[in-house]
Amino acid sequence: MLHLMNLCDLTITEAHEGLKHKKFSSRELTLSCLKRIEEVEDDLNAFITVTAEGALTKADEVDQKIAVGEEISPLAGIPMAIKDIFCTKDIETTAGSNILKGFIPPYDATVIKKFKAQNVVIIGKTNCDAFAHGSSGENSDFGPTKNPYDLERVPGGSSSGSAAAVASGESVFAIGTDTGGSTRLPAGFCNLVGLKPTYGRVSRYGVIAMASSLDSPGPIAKTVTDCAFVTQAMAGHDPLDSTTPDVPVPDYVGRDGACPVSTEKIKIGVPKEYFQEGIEPDVEKLVKRAIQKFEELGAKAVEISLPHTKYGVATYALTCHSEVSSNLARYDGIRFGHQRGSFGDEAKRRIMLGTFALSSGYYDQYYQKAQKVRTLIKRDFDEAFKKVDVIVTPTSPGVLFKLGEKIDDPLKMYLSDIFMVSVNLAGIPALNLPCGFVKTSGKKLPVGMQIIGPQFSESLLFRVGRGYEQSS
Amino acid sequence: MKLTKSQVQHISDLAKLNLSDEEIAKFQKQLSSILEYVELLNEVDTAGVEPTAQTTGLKNVYQEDKPQKEECLTQQEVLKNATETENGFIKTKAVFG
Repeated sequence: MLHLMNLCDLTITEAHEGLKHKKFSSRELTLSCLKRIEEVEDDLNAFITVTAEGALTKADEVDQKIAVGEEISPLAGIPMAIKDIFCTKDIETTAGSNILKGFIPPYDATVIKKFKAQNVVIIGKTNCDAFAHGSSGENSDFGPTKNPYDLERVPGGSSSGSAAAVASGESVFAIGTDTGGSTRLPAGFCNLVGLKPTYGRVSRYGVIAMASSLDSPGPIAKTVTDCAFVTQAMAGHDPLDSTTPDVPVPDYVGRDGACPVSTEKIKIGVPKEYFQEGIEPDVEKLVKRAIQKFEELGAKAVEISLPHTKYGVATYALTCHSEVSSNLARYDGIRFGHQRGSFGDEAKRRIMLGTFALSSGYYDQYYQKAQKVRTLIKRDFDEAFKKVDVIVTPTSPGVLFKLGEKIDDPLKMYLSDIFMVSVNLAGIPALNLPCGFVKTSGKKLPVGMQIIGPQFSESLLFRVGRGYEQSS
Repeated sequence: MKLTKSQVQHISDLAKLNLSDEEIAKFQKQLSSILEYVELLNEVDTAGVEPTAQTTGLKNVYQEDKPQKEECLTQQEVLKNATETENGFIKTKAVFG
């Protein structure tokens, strides 16, 4: 018996079925999320803006369509939370920074337009590290978001609010952006499925830019199929974003309403560099057990090497921060936004590092050098994919850490992304999949594994992910 | 690489950040330590390696030189977020004197 107040805990698949068959209304579903927000938001701080009125208006619209027998799309009438880095017309968009406090975009990002065309219910804009600079959510100018699994620990960043919102039932699904792990890491820390699509698969038009050659908007949801539905809505060539190749978007979900499964005969690369020193034994155990499970499902694990792994963070830091310094130059406090003094510490740090790395006399030694190592990192993956279909690694070297644990050491914080960044540098897709929990002091801490594929292999990632999800 | 105070001041000027003396000292330490870490890249032999600026392989993506009506904003919309406006213009400090 479906309890109306827990409708917010449904998956997209379940919610869509329920709406289609009139088991409950979009208004009831939306109210359930709003009630959950009321109950937990003071503890979590996952939202910067909750758009209750607009959400209910949209819900009623969708209920009308259902009442007159109109066919609805899979995401119609379902509450969605949007990382506050996507421009939403007439809804305040801050990028988690005081620089954009009070900024009301006069237009929608392309992906937002796409979601609106699907009649989703926008429940609010979620908290994130300011300008997406961070791996924990602690760099937000609006206070850190807490992890629903342990309020003393971080939900991961920078899409901290999006992950916390879905994990706690404040929203049915969410979107984030992934520049150096910012969708995958929070998904991993919050027991959710998160996808970093191929760079260029999803339009960045209207997405507040962090690092333009790395930013990848993507879904955070409860299941692989849910992720696939959201990716379907977001993906595609956009004439307004000249970095989106004109590659057709396949049907990720198919006619059965659930992602097909592929695990038999799949060759899974296990890169030895991702299982060396520095990884917590409990995390390693869970990921290795998951790889064993894949083998039971008919896959074959193959040890591979990604020799330039250890240069990932350094390459990423120089590439990303240089692009950041360029992208944040637009904040002049004249055309929009506040004065540059309103930047938080991390933003200032990254702007400074990037400015230095691009400056005369240092450009070749730092930025140019990093771009060359980037080529080698990409080549590592190209070579590996000649031998294997996908690569599986832990998402994080350790379990979710405590608030305050890494915030005073910027370098320590950057190293949380060590398994994430090479994927962004290579421009390839990767899916975070929950693979178990580490029990500690009465809490269950989620652990995620990452499934990496070649460019535009999102279908394969979903099929392999679904195979594991179905069996666990 | 250890940065000097004057180098940090120079970067702050280039980036128009107007840092305080306290911030300059703090960032001097933090930036130096990050720069020291990235020296790791000197271990890598990149002779003859082309740099990768982007991974799509796209080149010379053009569009028609025609205004896209649906994407155009009105003057009012554009000025909505400006700090100071006057007679339909965005107001700013004089560049020349």
